[in-house]
Amino acid sequence: MSHEHRLRFKTLFTVLLMVGCANVGDLLLKRGMTHIGAVHVTPVGLKYAFFSTVQNGTIWLAIGFLLGFTLCYMSAVSWADYSYVMPAGAFGYATQTLLALVVLHEAVSGKRWIGVFVICIGVLLVGQTKPNTTNPPQVAS
Amino acid sequence: MIKVILMLGVLICASAGGEIAMTYGMKRTGELDGFHPRSILRFLSRAVRCSWVWLAVPLLAISFYSLLILLSWAPISLVIPASAFNYVTGTIGAKYLLREHVTPKRWLGVVLVFLGVLLVVSTG
Repeated sequence: MSHEHRLRFKTLFTVLLMVGCANVGDLLLKRGMTHIGAVHVTPVGLKYAFFSTVQNGTIWLAIGFLLGFTLCYMSAVSWADYSYVMPAGAFGYATQTLLALVVLHEAVSGKRWIGVFVICIGVLLVGQTKPNTTNPPQVAS
Repeated sequence: MIKVILMLGVLICASAGGEIAMTYGMKRTGELDGFHPRSILRFLSRAVRCSWVWLAVPLLAISFYSLLILLSWAPISLVIPASAFNYVTGTIGAKYLLREHVTPKRWLGVVLVFLGVLLVVSTG
């Protein structure tokens, strides 16, 4: 397997893991915030929201998944371009919309699905470009 | 709806700034050489010594809290795609701040992602 093929496979695997963690994490965040209720943007409201979120188990579980996402993201951008990893992660919008429909029973219109389809075409185009267009990263001593 | 758009503005600015600073910091930190716990710890210990990572952390924290506020106000199938507005600012930042070479094909992909996001948000 050539270096470029290995790089593509490694990047694809990391991006897929990143998307999975982000989707589950966001879904759990929504669950947690629905339980807490609408946040009021006032000093008292923000203070209440802060203490409610740090005491909410679902939010902490979500943070665990989002930490997984961050680790995958940090790892991916250490070898691949930011302008490759960022749009490639947009594939997650399709799976997130599906999860919103199936798990949270949110209403998703045909127009919204078309939007998600256009996002996926954009992601496919980005995925066909070279993951790294800059110099190889230098490892700190 | 105005408060949702304002909070989206906070989310997009903090998120794009934080991600660009994090990417710059990670390029200086170097590549993760495996998923072994020891490799991950070595990678993290290199990352925490980089000042760009510490600039990224508060920006990403602001972005996280604005996301939580938005999720308490609107459906997830609207909030998450709407947050992708940072794709354009992010790609411009990648080209001019990180000096990445963004090919026409990649620009076309990013524009399509952006148009798709606009379509999704218009249904909100």
